[in-house]
Amino acid sequence: MTTWTTILIASAVVMGTKLLGYLVPASVASHPRIQRVSDLLTVALLASLVVTQTAGAGSAIVVDARLIAVGVAAVLLRFRVPFIVVVIVAAGVAAVLRLLGWAA
Amino acid sequence: MTSPAVRSAVSMSLGVAAAVSLYGISFGALAVASGLDFWQTQVLSLFMFSGGSQFAVIGLAAAGASGPSIITAAGLLGIRNGLYAVRMSAVVGPGFLKRLVAGQWTIDESTAVSIAQTDPQAERVGFWLTGAAIYVGWNSMTALGAVIGDALGDPRAWGLDAAAAAAFVALLWPRIQARQPIAIAAVAAVVTIIAVPSTPAGVPILIAAAAGLLMALASERTRA
Repeated sequence: MTTWTTILIASAVVMGTKLLGYLVPASVASHPRIQRVSDLLTVALLASLVVTQTAGAGSAIVVDARLIAVGVAAVLLRFRVPFIVVVIVAAGVAAVLRLLGWAA
Repeated sequence: MTSPAVRSAVSMSLGVAAAVSLYGISFGALAVASGLDFWQTQVLSLFMFSGGSQFAVIGLAAAGASGPSIITAAGLLGIRNGLYAVRMSAVVGPGFLKRLVAGQWTIDESTAVSIAQTDPQAERVGFWLTGAAIYVGWNSMTALGAVIGDALGDPRAWGLDAAAAAAFVALLWPRIQARQPIAIAAVAAVVTIIAVPSTPAGVPILIAAAAGLLMALASERTRA
């Protein structure tokens, strides 16, 4: 599958899901059970992405500057620091650690 | 003419939009670093328009995942938008074209800002203004990021890879404030760590999703 095909199909799927939400009767999709299961599925997906983005390197799990940056991000989130600040500080932490040669 | 509730909705919308848009720069830069070209990056922002799914696409693409697994992961992450749409349906009201545009702008932020309002007019303003402002801001900033991404060189030197990881933590954080989601996040994380070295790229997230789904369904059975 080419990159373009993947991008177009994935975009159509995500876009179609949004539009579908305006078509189905509210009584079906706003069922609390569906809401709960969907919320938990999102949690599982995001947790998996946190791991691969933090420690994934191809088919290996590695510990590098990203892990420290993510740790700092978690502390900032704990103290309710705004999203954009958390992301910028995390980038800064990783960049500085690499500049100093303290982490890969 | 404008009530305090509407003014508060306007300021919340613009604040959220500014923060999210700025962050679009790192998406654009990371997208080109992951091997996408400028237009592929922009098609994602213009048509997919959902941060979590977009980052999943470039993260998995960079790891060498197959097309079907990228589509599945992005699609699963997009399910919540469909449920937001159900909630926003009454706020948006009738009209085919209006609902078509609203559909495209139904994301975490527009829904959250709308739900946070206290009167119906403020709910409408919150949804439309947040959606429109983020659509314009996010697309402009991801384009800028894609252009300067090449000039930046190695995105790791700027910590952009860590920024993407932190963004997923920030998306996850408000969702793991109770015991059950924490347990599911932990299981999904462990499953991913085990699966990454032993399965092709893109598969670990699907296994983690399956594990999370099974746990969620099991808890629904005990609840019933």
